[in-house]
Amino acid sequence: MASSYMLPYAQQAPPSYAHPTEASQPRQHHWSPYTENGGVILGIAGKDYVILAGDTRSSEGYNINTRTARKVFSVGSGLILGVVGMSADGEELARKVTRKIDDYKRNHDKHITVSAAAVMLSRILYQKRFFPYYCQPLLGGLDENGVGAIYTYDYVGSFEREQSRAFGSAAALITPFLDNQINLKNQFVPGSNGEQPKQAGDLPRATVEKIVKDAFTSAVERQIEVGDGLQLVTITRAPPRTEEEADDDDWTGAAISVELSPLKKD
Amino acid sequence: MFRNNYDNDSVTFSPQGRIFQVEYALEAIKQGSAAVGLRSKTHVALVALKRNAEELGSYQKKIIPIDKHLGVALAGLSPDARVLSNFMRQQSMASRLLYKRPVPVARVVNAIADKAQVNTQHYGKRPYGVGLLIAGVDETGPHLWEFQPSGQILEYFGAAIGARSQSARTYLERYFESFPDVSRDELVVHGLKALRDTLQQDRELTTDNTSIAIIGIDEDWKQYDGPKVKRFLDLLGEDGTRSQRAARMDTAVDVGGEGEDDDELAALLGPQEGTSAMDTTE
Amino acid sequence: MNQFPHGWGRPRDDVYGAYDASYLNSTEPVTHTQRPIVTGTSVLGVKFKDGVIIAADNIASYGSLARYDNVERLLQVGTHTVIGAGGDISDMQYLHLLLDNLLIREQYPADDHHLYAPQVHTYLSRVLYQRRNKFDPLWNSILTAGADPKTSEPFLSYVDLRGTTFSAPALATGFGAHLAVPILRRYVPDDAAAEALTQEDAEKLVEECMKVLWYRDARSGVTYSWAVIKKDGVETGNKKIENQSWKFAEMIKGYGAQNI
Repeated sequence: MASSYMLPYAQQAPPSYAHPTEASQPRQHHWSPYTENGGVILGIAGKDYVILAGDTRSSEGYNINTRTARKVFSVGSGLILGVVGMSADGEELARKVTRKIDDYKRNHDKHITVSAAAVMLSRILYQKRFFPYYCQPLLGGLDENGVGAIYTYDYVGSFEREQSRAFGSAAALITPFLDNQINLKNQFVPGSNGEQPKQAGDLPRATVEKIVKDAFTSAVERQIEVGDGLQLVTITRAPPRTEEEADDDDWTGAAISVELSPLKKD
Repeated sequence: MFRNNYDNDSVTFSPQGRIFQVEYALEAIKQGSAAVGLRSKTHVALVALKRNAEELGSYQKKIIPIDKHLGVALAGLSPDARVLSNFMRQQSMASRLLYKRPVPVARVVNAIADKAQVNTQHYGKRPYGVGLLIAGVDETGPHLWEFQPSGQILEYFGAAIGARSQSARTYLERYFESFPDVSRDELVVHGLKALRDTLQQDRELTTDNTSIAIIGIDEDWKQYDGPKVKRFLDLLGEDGTRSQRAARMDTAVDVGGEGEDDDELAALLGPQEGTSAMDTTE
Repeated sequence: MNQFPHGWGRPRDDVYGAYDASYLNSTEPVTHTQRPIVTGTSVLGVKFKDGVIIAADNIASYGSLARYDNVERLLQVGTHTVIGAGGDISDMQYLHLLLDNLLIREQYPADDHHLYAPQVHTYLSRVLYQRRNKFDPLWNSILTAGADPKTSEPFLSYVDLRGTTFSAPALATGFGAHLAVPILRRYVPDDAAAEALTQEDAEKLVEECMKVLWYRDARSGVTYSWAVIKKDGVETGNKKIENQSWKFAEMIKGYGAQNI
């Protein structure tokens, strides 16, 4: 009989004194690379403006990390990005988008359009399909016609252009409010005896600003992760170029303004 | 048949201690049109002369932005400049990402110098065929650097590279002592005056062939091409957009003349003015 | 000897058994740090009028064992920055190595460019975030404290093992986030309050918080290191928690054998 060392290894019977394997069972990973920092963002697009707002609380569990964290970022070329979820991922995403928008400008000698940036952001998210960014982004800007645009995403890049959207830990509280106040759902023309629904139309910026602030003050009352401050970012059409600005390659036609106001801190 | 036994690669010294491939690379810069850089206490300006290979073609880019605080003007092979500027861009973005700090100008200049030097010491590589003027602002103020394919880098108050750049240098040498305190626009005007002195007799600075970039301590990189240049050309006033070199020659003795003309290498290299065999040279 | 080269030079299988190569092509997943081993507890930081103060005690615990009582958890980085780390001590020491090397490299050009607190904090946050992306975290939560050498603007920021970053006029890591932050926020609720706070008051505040932690955090120590960073640089020192009173302990009932 041929001794076992003459056979290729694959054909050899396992030795009876093989190393014990039970001790080398894989240990369970009980560490998660994800965390949740709370907060809520809200974007509304009008016919010549965009409003993107977020609260400034950053929390982890029952701890408030800071009361002054911003969730809405200017990403260049007149565009803004709101992120909510895991702040480390959200800020990384904002950095990446900012960089890519700058690259676009350098490579093409023009500002990226909000629709092109929207596709780009989708690709960035999908690139991490199997280790997603744990954050929900809202992209805001004025489109080629100067009309406000909000693009909304899921974690892995599925996206659409919408009129209004709330993301984050109070999204469920704010969304029905927006349905009612922005899209005028369940509102009827007075005197029509509940027969004639009100038609949603273009709302003036001042009205929308009020709705946004009301949405946040209400969310603060019912969601512990929302509060401290409101960062309200608005994009409007920039006034016609001055002679000085005629030379300016950074001129985008969009004017971005940021307003900070207090929310309840409890 | 062979004119030179020591110029087949960049790793062989001639008995006189010269590396001809590197020197030829320096010649490539002179084939490109001129670029001028100059610095005040608060600003750095780059101005450059664009060339179009033919009437029907576009003008070759002469100034490349790198970052908000950094940019370059080039003379020589523009594809090589693209490679270098892309590398500088990478460095700059890495610095912003890793440290949230705009890359210090001297460091990024040193980085391309190291890259260029490697090409002069490895068989089978060729030196970059482009010279750069690097303008940037950082923590330590505004800076103007010159980069050469040899890997040599030097910081300047005012510098000029490219064809007939000696004329621009002559202008800069005459006026540079006033640069530190001039305004942003005056700095550009000095640059344009230096640049126009590099023009051939029948040429003038136009909105088509002039590129301007400026950067300041409190001012991000701004670049002017095409119609935007007009404002600055108008500032040249009565002197106009043609070379004033001849007029000044009456009052001052010009130093040298075109360096490339009397260079002994010129004889080896053949014709230099006019259309180059290398169509990539701007 | 036989004709199979892979058998040559090996111990004879008929004598020693076949070579067990199972460890070579393991089907088990690659494992990384899954828990901290030797750990440090809280780090505190408070901004004040023209600087910032940071403190951390000197205990390194092995589980519930106070394994070392002389560990320095604050590290000066350059001229105007101090970092303090909680969490795994070996990961902290690795970060110290990275930062020391970084600072040395940074000095070579001798071009008057320096890394200050904001840059150090950004660098750390990139390192920690990249490690979490590799599922191989550096198990720390870190405060970076510093002051701008020109404007004396104080800087204080937090980063942890997931790359989460934030800043506030007063911060604390670990247990301090529960015990110290409420006290700190009472005195320094916002930047305006920090700008009004004197260095003396800031030091007292930190001392008070360290005492609370010593009373209530079982992983804390009685000695701690502190550092004050201002325009003209870093000042460091060590302190022992004085004037202790354990009177309240007599009131605690229900944790062991006792006469009622």
